[in-house]
Amino acid sequence: MSSATATEAESATERLTLVEGVREGLHTEMARDDRVMVLGEDVGKNGGVFRATEGLFEEFGEERVVDTPLAESGIVGSSIGLALSGMKPVAEMQFMGFAYPAFDQLVSHAARLRSRSHGQYTCPMVVRAPYGGGIRAPEHHSESKEAFFVHEPGLKVVVPSTPADAKGLLTAAIRDPDPVVFLEPKLIYRAFREAVPRGSHAVPLGEAAVRREGSDVSVFTWGAMTRPALIAAGNLAEEHGVDCEVVDVRTLSPLDVGTVVASFEKTGRAAVVHEAPKTAGVGAEIATTIQEEALCYQEAPIKRIAGFDAPVPLHALEDYYLPQAVRVQDGILETVGF
Amino acid sequence: MHRVIGERDLDATPFDADDARDLLRDMIRARRFDERAVVLQRRGWMSGYPPFAGQEATQVGAAHALAAEDWLFPTYRSNAMQLARGVPMGDLLAFRRGHPEFTADHDLPIFPQAVPIATQLPHAVGAGMAADHLENDHAILCDFGDGATSEGDFHEAMNFAGVFDAPVVFLCENNGWAISLPRERQTASPTIAQKASAYGFDGTQVDGMDPLAVRSAVEEALETARAGEPVLVESLTYRQGAHTTSDDPSRYRDEGPDLPAWRTRDPIERFVEYLADQAVVDDGFVEDCKEEADDELDDAIATAEAIPEPESGELFAHVYAEPTPELDRQCASLAGED
Repeated sequence: MSSATATEAESATERLTLVEGVREGLHTEMARDDRVMVLGEDVGKNGGVFRATEGLFEEFGEERVVDTPLAESGIVGSSIGLALSGMKPVAEMQFMGFAYPAFDQLVSHAARLRSRSHGQYTCPMVVRAPYGGGIRAPEHHSESKEAFFVHEPGLKVVVPSTPADAKGLLTAAIRDPDPVVFLEPKLIYRAFREAVPRGSHAVPLGEAAVRREGSDVSVFTWGAMTRPALIAAGNLAEEHGVDCEVVDVRTLSPLDVGTVVASFEKTGRAAVVHEAPKTAGVGAEIATTIQEEALCYQEAPIKRIAGFDAPVPLHALEDYYLPQAVRVQDGILETVGF
Repeated sequence: MHRVIGERDLDATPFDADDARDLLRDMIRARRFDERAVVLQRRGWMSGYPPFAGQEATQVGAAHALAAEDWLFPTYRSNAMQLARGVPMGDLLAFRRGHPEFTADHDLPIFPQAVPIATQLPHAVGAGMAADHLENDHAILCDFGDGATSEGDFHEAMNFAGVFDAPVVFLCENNGWAISLPRERQTASPTIAQKASAYGFDGTQVDGMDPLAVRSAVEEALETARAGEPVLVESLTYRQGAHTTSDDPSRYRDEGPDLPAWRTRDPIERFVEYLADQAVVDDGFVEDCKEEADDELDDAIATAEAIPEPESGELFAHVYAEPTPELDRQCASLAGED
């Protein structure tokens, strides 16, 4: 009996990297729903420059895994046309830093089609983009500009930090009736493996995940910064007896205000960690939300540990730019010691 | 260049006297609408309006070329096209009075118009790709002006259409002006139609002041599109008036245009003269059309005026399929309920 149960449990999951989780999310939804299709540069035969679409072309054919000309606005603009016509396009921007030509299509149309038409037209589509730094890439390959999209009503913005979430959140994004910008932290595309449910696996959008429970300070983060935040939390527990709660926000729009505020009410102190530039980053939104909702619980200034207000540098300077565990740790200590 | 007037009798076209009278009736309806709309804007009854006077032959001719199931992707100046396709005058007026729900409050295959230039072209291509994918045999007619041909989305959409054999007819209403910029400063190409050859499909010019020629050219193009080849149609027309009710063309159009007489002659006068010569209409027909249009307009104005002012909650109703908790809070706050 026990061995049968173990086999069953094993077959219910597979150990995947984050990028494999993305691929599995696409594969499962494409197998489940004929309307789901993938479009982008090099997503077909090549399987995507990060291999996120590997094998999909062979299985689903060129009609549903579409290698497009090199034109981001064309990719997102035609995806809008596909979405309003009954398809469920998943468009890939090869890197977030190359998504800007499509910005107009995303904010002027994908985000607004529902309100423009009072709900008579909708735009159920996903725009995926590898994002963030730390891979020693050329200029424009390391951007974290999630705030651009969070600022736009009508869009949802999602950032997974684990392989299971990559699959589960992407599944939910594909099934969502509204346009979702899905940002994949490429630094951790292959950093680790974990058990990911096989078959249909959806993680609801709009719900943050508490990755580490704690009572002294809340650390809000997402994407590739979740790991240094957890390392810092471990170090702080060991070296300073500080008990951090680490909240992986996961969906940046709409923000899970309930989980953020509940955590803060427990700890009374907070740090926000993101690799995007500090000024007008999503950290500012989280800090302000806490002050609006839970000011009376506040015991210290909310610390923002972020990328600097300088263009993302080439890689000789990259380690100064990105928050590392040590900087995260120091920032948390600052708010704890206030 | 496609042309009927001055070259052929009506008997030598695919169209009969009823077809011709239907075209003229819609051109007169549209002109009466346009004239009244400008007056209504001047009175402060509705907001800014982009007149189409001079372009009725192009817009009505193209609308009459569409099969019932073909899709139209209009631009903001395509109101004559929408009227001729069956959109109620009251809806167009209500939209200009700030009621967005009337931009698509019908079951006609007409996509909601929007203000950004050329952004609807990639949408039309995506809709064409979806038609292929879903094995629908309708075509897509995408309308835009000469200014739009300078935008990147024009290039990206034309390129995608060529690569994917999208069943799209790109209809460029070359009215000679993009606000103040004359056509010869918009592009160094001798014609706009010739741009199609760079994308691997046909481009054609039509006398855009001749509704029979436009209808015939667009019908032919739609047939080609349904067979899997996109087409670019350049309709040579003329914007008689201002860009919008906020524009003063005397600042940039003090000299007469360097265009042939047929291009700047009023298309309704020219068509009436042709049809009178063909013994298809008389003065009485024209007067009847005007009276019918004026009655229709009076009813439309009354209908638009009777629309109640929206509740504040409508602001939030169609941002997402389900309002986010934050939107619910903002909605309650605006309504004074919190």
